[in-house]
Amino acid sequence: MFAEHLSSQFDDKVLSAQSSFRAIMDATARPGRIHRIAPTAEAPAPMMRATAALAQALFDHDTPIWLDATMRGNGDAGRWLRFHTGAPLTSDAGQAEFALIGDVAALPALETFALGSSEYPDRSTALVVQIRSFNDGPAFELKGPGIDGSIVAQADAGLSDLFEQLAANARTFPRGIDVVLVADDAILAIPRSTRLRAMEG
Amino acid sequence: MTAPVYNFAYLDEQTKRMIRRAILKAIAIPGYQVPFASREMPMPYGWGTGGVQVTAAILGPTDTLKVIDQGSDDTTNAISIRKFFAKTAGVSTTTSTADATVIQTRHRIPEAALSEGQVLVYQVPIPEPLRFLEPRETETRRMHALSEYGLMHVKLYEDIARFGHIATSYAYPVKVNGRYVMDPSPTPKFDNPKMDNCAALQLFGAGREKRIYAIPPYTTVVSLDFEDHPFARYRHEAPCALCGADDSYLDEIVTDDRGGRMFVCSDTDYCETRQASGHRGSERAAPHKKDHAHG
Repeated sequence: MFAEHLSSQFDDKVLSAQSSFRAIMDATARPGRIHRIAPTAEAPAPMMRATAALAQALFDHDTPIWLDATMRGNGDAGRWLRFHTGAPLTSDAGQAEFALIGDVAALPALETFALGSSEYPDRSTALVVQIRSFNDGPAFELKGPGIDGSIVAQADAGLSDLFEQLAANARTFPRGIDVVLVADDAILAIPRSTRLRAMEG
Repeated sequence: MTAPVYNFAYLDEQTKRMIRRAILKAIAIPGYQVPFASREMPMPYGWGTGGVQVTAAILGPTDTLKVIDQGSDDTTNAISIRKFFAKTAGVSTTTSTADATVIQTRHRIPEAALSEGQVLVYQVPIPEPLRFLEPRETETRRMHALSEYGLMHVKLYEDIARFGHIATSYAYPVKVNGRYVMDPSPTPKFDNPKMDNCAALQLFGAGREKRIYAIPPYTTVVSLDFEDHPFARYRHEAPCALCGADDSYLDEIVTDDRGGRMFVCSDTDYCETRQASGHRGSERAAPHKKDHAHG
């Protein structure tokens, strides 16, 4: 059973981590645009391929990881993360460098994560939030650094108040959390500097 | 004897992950200086160890790298860094601004407008704009936390009181996204307007001071000034002696011991590109060679 976790990792760790990181960096620098992470790593359910690639590119023994109940699941995702990245899992969301959210409807209040301090706003949690798709669901408008004027994006996050919470998150700038939305191998970043507005209809 | 073997782009993977996480935080908080665990590099502090670490963390095999030092592709520092990455990462290098995907720079922003697919990496000696006004890190950090930037305006005002104008000519402080006052590294203030609403991502690395900061694309960057003493660019009032450009930043070159001098573009690629397309200045230019200055 454990052997199947051994095989599912990047083919070329160094270059795959680099290309995954560049996709994440470009996504963070250009919020609202969809970027694809390739080549993708296989990961145990409920982890999506882009979540696994992001984990392998950014997680290590310095980054405590918090998993929501869906991600914790039967323990496969946690075991895969510990084996492939060496990152410790934490049950305290306020201590987490990254948090993986498998069920956005059960997203805890953002204040339970680390928001950083006024002196060190970088000491905050980055949320990796898995959603259903970027092709349907409510549309929202994004403005702020990285965006030429404004951009409209779509995200099917099920029944959740994610976007209301993120709109409030932008108002605590420079404190706050940064979010990467994931759907299969596609990612879209909403850093704390981005201002969100739900579109009519 | 076994030849030394390096990881791709020299740095080990754990170091790259640490720098990559700092870069993401820096982009998310434009203008804020993110502390990072700067490593010893095989070159001295002051030669661009911060910029080199940022470049090493982002560079991939399909990138094309350009390195400039004071606008020039063919100085020792620029050639050494270009060769370093050609050797340790196997990336292709160029002197052409338009062809580069990653441009590492010491103290200049290229004259040609940057595009969306490009990343500009600055080498930064002293990242804290308030450091010469307040030496204590605890205090400058508090000032950034509170957006308490009056001291910087006092410094610019003292320029006006003493010289009649804002005499700060390089490392001219800017405010990023209406929040953080940032040191643009010792670029001439001529370059400050190029940082505003730039299509490319701008990353800053300070190796000795262990800080990384960033300006995302399309971000407001305002040079600090006063209503009655607005920010003004400065350039020598002359055309380039080689290509005749009247819009580029110029270097002054002393040509003899009797006060003779000429002005030429600081951006060598800009100057050579103009000469190749037929522009001429008052002096005879060296013939343009296609692979001139490739390292």
